[in-house]
Amino acid sequence: MKHKTFFWFVLPSSLAMLLFIFVPIVSVLVQSVYVDHEQVIKEVENCGPFGCTTTTAVDQEATQALQQASPLGRFAGLDTYLDRSHLAIDEVRAAWNSSNGMAEFYAKVVNLPFYKAMSFTLAYTFIVTPLVIIFGFIIAVAVNSATRKIRGPLIFFSLLPMMVTPLVGSLIIFWMVDARGVIGAALQYLAGDPDLSVKASTPLTWVMLMVYGVWHSAPFAFIVYYAGLQTVNSDTLESAMIDGASRWEQIRYVIIPHLLPLTTFIALMQLMDNFRVFEPIVSFSASAHATSLSWAIYNDLGGETRQLSSAAATSVLTILGIAILLTPVLVRTWRDFSRK
Amino acid sequence: MLLRKLIVATSLILSANAAYAGCGATAGRVNIVGNEFPAIHTVVNAAKACADDNVSVSANLTADHQKINLAGLQGNPAEYTSAIIANSSIVALINEDVIRPLDDLVARYGQDIPKSNLITVDGKVMAVAFMANAQHLVYRKDVLAEIGVEPPETYEELLEAAKLIREKGIMENPVGGAFASGWNLATEFVNMYLGTGGEFFKPGTAEVAINNAQGVAALEMMKALSEYMNPDFLTHDSNATGAEVEAGNVALMNMWGSRVGVLMDEDGAEEVVYSNVAVGGPMTVAGGSVPATTLWWDGWTVAKNISDEDAEATFLALMAGTSPDILDDETMAQAVWMIDGYEPAPVNEGVFAAIKAQAKPYPMLPYMGLLHTALGDNLSDYLQGKESAEAALADIEATYTTAAKEKGFLN
Repeated sequence: MKHKTFFWFVLPSSLAMLLFIFVPIVSVLVQSVYVDHEQVIKEVENCGPFGCTTTTAVDQEATQALQQASPLGRFAGLDTYLDRSHLAIDEVRAAWNSSNGMAEFYAKVVNLPFYKAMSFTLAYTFIVTPLVIIFGFIIAVAVNSATRKIRGPLIFFSLLPMMVTPLVGSLIIFWMVDARGVIGAALQYLAGDPDLSVKASTPLTWVMLMVYGVWHSAPFAFIVYYAGLQTVNSDTLESAMIDGASRWEQIRYVIIPHLLPLTTFIALMQLMDNFRVFEPIVSFSASAHATSLSWAIYNDLGGETRQLSSAAATSVLTILGIAILLTPVLVRTWRDFSRK
Repeated sequence: MLLRKLIVATSLILSANAAYAGCGATAGRVNIVGNEFPAIHTVVNAAKACADDNVSVSANLTADHQKINLAGLQGNPAEYTSAIIANSSIVALINEDVIRPLDDLVARYGQDIPKSNLITVDGKVMAVAFMANAQHLVYRKDVLAEIGVEPPETYEELLEAAKLIREKGIMENPVGGAFASGWNLATEFVNMYLGTGGEFFKPGTAEVAINNAQGVAALEMMKALSEYMNPDFLTHDSNATGAEVEAGNVALMNMWGSRVGVLMDEDGAEEVVYSNVAVGGPMTVAGGSVPATTLWWDGWTVAKNISDEDAEATFLALMAGTSPDILDDETMAQAVWMIDGYEPAPVNEGVFAAIKAQAKPYPMLPYMGLLHTALGDNLSDYLQGKESAEAALADIEATYTTAAKEKGFLN
């Protein structure tokens, strides 16, 4: 392709990426290194139906003057990144110096909001991603070996969890695991403990969120693998059969190597998706037990006073986190590519 | 002759209608954003009746109003010409300077608005209140009669009653409460802390001061209450707590006055439940004299970044929406209306008791929202037994201080 043709070919998508991906990220970056103006506070008398009280309010005129002088706010550099709600450098150092042993250090660190969110986000990502790949593969192989007649309905039902809106899907499970719900009551019966409550226990809440994550995402892996299975070379499979390979050996030595590039693709997508885990925490009302980076952003913006700089800093940290997570997979893909 | 009379009469009726339809405004755009519950629907529907050829009235009522109202008021011209808010959420709008003082409009059109409904900040009218709300005791008459106990007036009495109910095997978890982690849980702490006589900030400053004996006492009472609650209490908001009452699992709770009506109607519960739900006054805690609850008002504002014509139309439409004309048999019980001609129903006695007991209004401080968020994020660790009360309070103070520095309230 000529350079000129190539240029006109990619121009629309580059423009779109510049406008919808690059510019917003730059704006978030800029937001994260600035904080609000100093608020000029004055004493005022507030009156209402319940009487008058002397209280404080923001002095609008004085604050507006400050705002006009520097519209972006005060430059804070990396202060927001390093404060207690984010990387908490000082607090982590203090915890390190005052702790006897790793267990105490860990307990102190996960009490800090960023590391609390990180501990769940990482656990979720590294447990859910492999499980999604394994379950997706098993379902794909099972559906592929079913008779043609029932394959259509089977595919439809296997895809259902992915089609259900995440908020609705998690609400359904939320009520099922309630102490008086189907699953909750069954668990109480099985454990022989009438006081067992999934929603009241941190480990069980984590398990519930991860089970939901696998349930919701396995169909994605399934449909990708199922498509891949249609391209397996039947000659290779037949010759493997003639050589006396068992069903397991066929899967191990023919199908899995054939589907490996797809696994890289699924792993990439799932690592990104799972690192941004958010909906289940909101709809399971699980924030007392588990928080994630995305939830922290939502929480900063959802309060009565919006904390834009804090949310922006968490967003940038999320982007960095995803970049770090994806590096090994991307390096691998690049190596495969250059080998060819 | 007859024809002429008819024409005159018809034109009179038409002109009267036109005057009513515009509610006095000649032209303008009205767009209201607000929370979603029956009383607000009533107000907005009455305001919508002001629409005519020249005045357009629309509204967006949603439980997520707080997440959109600031953005919707910041544009110029603003998308919304009015936000219906409460005493907590008005602060964010005042902080960002997006609502206009109403003094001139009140002077011109608002002679009929009761003086006490005008919310003034630093001498300027910033909002007009139309209803009051508070949390107070809600209990089951039959259950308290069975254990032979009078409705509790203090949280300590409530705990004793809960103990008796559990011991007699009537209910396993007789206490309810909106303890859902986040905004609800923070509100319960605000109530309890005010009941112990605590102050949230060092006077006149944005420096938080809750890590003290009152803070610990408030937390300990909340923990004691949670022992008698459904183990899932950290996921129960007001709606879920109401459902627990309707299911017959709860006999005692501190609940919003505006949410008791649905517990007393025939929907969703057995007769033994809905006919026995009763309201009491707010409770005190730890021998304090101030009730452990907060007073709330709901009111309307007018956006700053809109034309004077739109502001006038908005003012007139909402004044009509909160006029005595909206009160009828159906709307009367929807809220504690601060409107002439309102007659309290038994369901509203709790809110009136809270006003009479001189409960404190929820603080209208520019930085209270940040403390509320910090409380909501950090209280659950203590209630789950993961850390001590002092450690939880220290976490709250640290979270608040970090946020207040970022927002420029502290240096």
